[in-house]
Amino acid sequence: MDNPVFHIEKLNFWYGAKQALFDVDVTIRPNQSTAFIGPSGCGKTTLLRCLNRMNDLIERTRVEGKIALHGQGLYAPEVDVIELRKRVGMVFQKSNPFPKSIFDNIAYGLRIQGVNSKNDLADRIEASLRKAALWDEVKDRLNDSAMALSGGQQQRLCIARAIAVEPEVLLMDEPCSALDPVATAKIEELIQDLKKEFTIVIVTHNMQQAARVSDHTAFFYLGKLVEFDVTTKIFTNPANKQTEDYVTGRFG
Amino acid sequence: MTEKQPVETRRGDAGVAPASLSRTDLGAAIIRKRSRPGEWLAERGIFAVSLSSIVMIFLIFAFVGREALPVILGQTSNARTQKPLTPDEATKLPADKLAKYIGVSVSELKGYDAETLKTLVELKAEELAQVSNTDSRINTTSWQKMFQPHRWLGYDKPEYIWQPTSEIPKYNCIPLFIGSLKATLVALLFSVPLGVAAAIYVSQLASPKVREIVKPTIELLSGIPSVVLGFFALIVLATILQTIFHYSSRLNALVGGIALGLAVIPVIFTIAEDALTSVPKSYSQAALALGAAPWQVAWQVVLPAALPGVFAACILGFGRAMGETMIVLMASGNASIVSASILDSCRTITATIAAELAEVVFGGAHYRILFLLGTLLFAVTFVTNLVGEMIVHRLKARLEGA
Ligand SMILES: Nc1ncnc2c1ncn2[C@@H]1O[C@H](COP(=O)(O)OP(=O)(O)OP(=O)(O)O)[C@@H](O)[C@H]1O
Ligand SMILES: [Mg+2]
Repeated sequence: MDNPVFHIEKLNFWYGAKQALFDVDVTIRPNQSTAFIGPSGCGKTTLLRCLNRMNDLIERTRVEGKIALHGQGLYAPEVDVIELRKRVGMVFQKSNPFPKSIFDNIAYGLRIQGVNSKNDLADRIEASLRKAALWDEVKDRLNDSAMALSGGQQQRLCIARAIAVEPEVLLMDEPCSALDPVATAKIEELIQDLKKEFTIVIVTHNMQQAARVSDHTAFFYLGKLVEFDVTTKIFTNPANKQTEDYVTGRFG
Repeated sequence: MTEKQPVETRRGDAGVAPASLSRTDLGAAIIRKRSRPGEWLAERGIFAVSLSSIVMIFLIFAFVGREALPVILGQTSNARTQKPLTPDEATKLPADKLAKYIGVSVSELKGYDAETLKTLVELKAEELAQVSNTDSRINTTSWQKMFQPHRWLGYDKPEYIWQPTSEIPKYNCIPLFIGSLKATLVALLFSVPLGVAAAIYVSQLASPKVREIVKPTIELLSGIPSVVLGFFALIVLATILQTIFHYSSRLNALVGGIALGLAVIPVIFTIAEDALTSVPKSYSQAALALGAAPWQVAWQVVLPAALPGVFAACILGFGRAMGETMIVLMASGNASIVSASILDSCRTITATIAAELAEVVFGGAHYRILFLLGTLLFAVTFVTNLVGEMIVHRLKARLEGA
């Protein structure tokens, strides 16, 4: 198969003295979507946040093991986190638009990357809002504050903001947890679309969603990777008993 | 009441009563009003405390304003406009007018015999005849003389002059306003950038270790008594600045303003730092995840989100700078001149009140005008705060998307 985007090997992670990840091995392939599933507190977010080094912001955390992006170790001293985050975008579990206008929310990332012409901005903002299935709802009020949008609209705005800068990888932490079924369906559709351009890693608690949108699925339990395989295999014929219990809903 | 509501509603099947309670019991449970004397007392207590502080402010204002009222209403006059009267003319005057003319009370007047009265009238006529200075016929306590320039005898153009103890007391308040504004302006130009920058640094960019040292250090500045800051400015700062800039008056608005700024920095820093720290971390996380550098996040995301608080900090800094007395009294030179240059000495309203109030005649024109200055100072700070509050409100509304 083609070269992996992320190669994770024997990754251990600590919050202070508390270990949150134990010897995790995952490979993330280009133009595919990979789902992380598992019960609450099993380390899905933690692993996701290792991929763009957002965990650096938390004090007294420690990483051991290997994470490479196209062969380059992410935690090597010469890595520029800012460049890394421009290439690996992220959508958070809780929507977090800036207290600025809808337009400026998306323009912010673009401006950071040096897009300044009014036309370019407008075009790319429209394109990303369309992709995030939000354009029709906000096209007449791009200059209104994003804080006035509904929770679900805010989350789609955050998705639009993340994809506007065209990252290579998009990390999504339960992007649909605040959305209604219609918006969720749109986002799932979007994920299918985005796969053509980006590589996607998605954390979800929704088994059907994982089954629908992902090509590979990793199941975690208590900070350990239990099983990692092609999604259809995980959901139809898992090798591990725990995985089977979890995906069929028999798991506490 | 909430704690007594059936738990079932929280699970989503609202309206389904638990088996032990009928629907009517439930209804009764939520409408039954319980008295909570403790809560009631605490509430009233807090209300009384906040009310008393408002009343206090009002009382202070009323007192200061009352002392200034005669000048405000234009009832005072120190003009010497009377014509000298001969004893004959004087005796024809009604008793109250005569008493006023000589400058005694009516009852005192009644106690005088004719001879004494005659002597007093002659003395008064002599005194009035001696007044050659035409300026003395001017009521220098009128609004016009207090706020508009006047060409006094011996001056070649109209000028604003504060000379309350000269032979013709001159009470023009403009130099004092200019002095206060100049010192405040220098103080804010110095302390707003420094205070806000320090707040941004400490709240956004500094490592926790650095923060733990810098934050209390700056806040400690506010504990320095202003007389010590004034002393420092007078002895050290004035010398240093004069050696650097080579200006003529050693104590001036620059020295006073910078010393004042040192007192204002902790005020601005503390409030701005609070405002910046309370910006949700999720904003900066979102920006960082887009590949923004930490300084970009601080400047482009966190600062705009904290703008209402930072602006409020500046307003408070303005109030502190306008009201501060000891530092400017010691370090700004106290010359009441009208000049735009910050390298000239200046005399602020507060320093004037502090320096002169102890020496004025109680109830006299000078006394009342000092109270007028106090009233105006109060009004300026009040209006600034009000306008500032309105701007803060609007900024907040804009952030929240209204
Ligand atoms: N900032 C933190 N400091 C200390 N411990 C943390 C922190 N964040 C997470 N943890 C711990 O690390 C473990 C993994 O947390 P993580 O957030 O990765 O779980 P998750 O799988 O994303 O859960 P959820 O599905 O509820 O979002 C948990 O036990 C959690 O308590
Ligand atoms: Mg999580």
